[in-house]
Amino acid sequence: MNPTTDLAGREPILQVRDLVKHFPVMSGGVVRRRVGDVHAVCGVSFDLHEHETLGLVGESGSGKTTVSRTVLGLETATSGQVRYQGRELTELSRRQMRPLRRELQIVFQDPYASLDPMITVHELVAEPLRIHGRYGPGAGDEVRELLRLVGLNPEHGNRYAHEFSGGQRQRIGIARALALRPRVVVLDEPVSALDVSIQAGVLNLLMDLQSELGLSFLFVAHDLSVMRHVADRVAVMYLGRLVEVAPARQLFARPAHPYTQALVSAIPLPDPRKERARKRVPVQGEVPSPVRPPSGCRFRTRCPKFADQLTESERAACVEKVPELVDRGGGYPVACHYAESVELL
Amino acid sequence: MTDTVLEVADLAVEFPTEDGTVRAVRGVGYRLGRGEALGIVGESGSGKSVTALAVMGLLPATARIRGSVRFDGEELLGLSDARLSEVRGKGIAMVFQDPMTSLNPVYAVGYQIAETLLRHNPGMKARAARERAIELLGAVGIPSPERRVDAYPHEMSGGMRQRVVIAIAMANDPDVIIADEPTTALDVTVQAQVLDALETARAETGAALVLITHDLGVVAGHTDRVAVMYAGRMVETGSVEDIFYTPRMPYTLGLLGSLPRLDREEARLTPITGSPPSLLHLPPGCPFTPRCPLARDACLSAEPPLRPAGAEGHLSACHFSEELVGTGAEEVFETAGADSEALARFADAAPLNTPEEGTV
Repeated sequence: MNPTTDLAGREPILQVRDLVKHFPVMSGGVVRRRVGDVHAVCGVSFDLHEHETLGLVGESGSGKTTVSRTVLGLETATSGQVRYQGRELTELSRRQMRPLRRELQIVFQDPYASLDPMITVHELVAEPLRIHGRYGPGAGDEVRELLRLVGLNPEHGNRYAHEFSGGQRQRIGIARALALRPRVVVLDEPVSALDVSIQAGVLNLLMDLQSELGLSFLFVAHDLSVMRHVADRVAVMYLGRLVEVAPARQLFARPAHPYTQALVSAIPLPDPRKERARKRVPVQGEVPSPVRPPSGCRFRTRCPKFADQLTESERAACVEKVPELVDRGGGYPVACHYAESVELL
Repeated sequence: MTDTVLEVADLAVEFPTEDGTVRAVRGVGYRLGRGEALGIVGESGSGKSVTALAVMGLLPATARIRGSVRFDGEELLGLSDARLSEVRGKGIAMVFQDPMTSLNPVYAVGYQIAETLLRHNPGMKARAARERAIELLGAVGIPSPERRVDAYPHEMSGGMRQRVVIAIAMANDPDVIIADEPTTALDVTVQAQVLDALETARAETGAALVLITHDLGVVAGHTDRVAVMYAGRMVETGSVEDIFYTPRMPYTLGLLGSLPRLDREEARLTPITGSPPSLLHLPPGCPFTPRCPLARDACLSAEPPLRPAGAEGHLSACHFSEELVGTGAEEVFETAGADSEALARFADAAPLNTPEEGTV
């Protein structure tokens, strides 16, 4: 959470290269055949550094959750590499992966579905320790300490998950993820199910944990305001591809990709005067099907720049050529042939 | 605005349950001027949706409703179902959160818009209704409406369906549109499109709007006045500027401080600790007391009424609202996160996992 830190030259703790994940679409009937693919993730590359929060943001169907699950091996990658501290994860067997799971943990979105209702909160937090053979003498104290750490009363360890509110359940999920002292935590929409007054407490908790423990967060969310608050760098996804990766401050102040611009300008600001005076970048239509994504640039079917500003010959590039995610003079990578920074806030 | 189109007074809604009576709405009142936009904000369970359903006469028969809802001077509570059906759609139209619950899956959307038109305009011809349906679909921003008019709801995306619902709402030129979380299920770029459609509907019909949402940003951009609800009551109302720039109820202040903002870098958010009270056994006094940093003994005994707080029309239900003059959320609320002592111990106790050599 220190946007001024210079990340260049430091070895990333997690490297993702050309990650691809396709899900088969099967036909109906007796003999089910593969009739197509959902192109959920198509050639996504990014680095996560130590002590860094990398935000992965996108709308539904952008593939952000699939990326986070594939990175942890919860989905098998179709192709591509995931390197954790120099070690290739996609080639490991489940058995080989197991010791590494201590270091790579996840907090799920739905605090109602992700906690076993049949066991006490103490057992929920103790479970990861037991599974990894670390529940020895003194582990009971360790669990109580974990509960205290995330802002829960350790005396409530003998209660069940349903006795807690949504925000408290999410804290239980965080305590579970922390139990094995991981280095990398994937947070998959950790606050989107919570009311704002509760969400703020969980965000403060996560930021405290990160800065004190030096964790690396891959923070997946659809809420750009949350991203602006927690992330050091933000990667924007659209229909399976990254379109822009930049430090949070720059990304929101001067987005260069037309999709990022549309996203930023669509977020309503809780400030009446500013909100009414803002410039808008309206986009047409909705996200196309990932079964048959558009050729070339996937955003072109909704892109206001493509529709209103480009000439016929300029558009040809958008239709024929996939724009690469490279620095186009703005200092950070953008996947648009005609990228141009615009101030929107 | 002196010309009042909708007036709600002392509205109370209770649901009897096996465990006791749930007091979902406890004395809500507001006046809506002709053409005015009122935002009702609150978190889950604050009673904002139940209030809207009571106004529309859509609550289940088990609900006990008291108070008064006057539309154009006519009392709606206790009205016969037949008369209410006249008012619904033509006088007051409603847009719900989930368009699939308002649209019929087995009819084409054009048919459903035409049905609304024919229901309230007995002299209208079917062909004219279809023409008007196409016009309305175009007005709410649906591309190629002459083709889409024959589409079924399942052939459309969520944002498109919600725009059909808005087209139905504006079909009979209503005086009031009540929109209950109209964009909550939608992605943000689609939300912007649907909000634009709602603005179009207002501009074309001149209807007043009651916009119910938990999203303070949506309220900031689309309403003139705001009412904040908590535990079944309005705890603060005022112009959108009053509420956002000079809140006079600690709950409102905390809510604004707990929002991460796109347009600025805040060091710390101010969460409101605890959770809203159960509406089943509400203790006496101000329901916000257990979560309020300003709370003292007086708050436990008497529930404060809405009282003038600053600018004209700005009301707040807090015994100590004047103490909020000139303060910010971070001065009133704590910015708690992790337990700092436990965090320090955890950080010292053992290093984070390091890769174990030779395990792979």
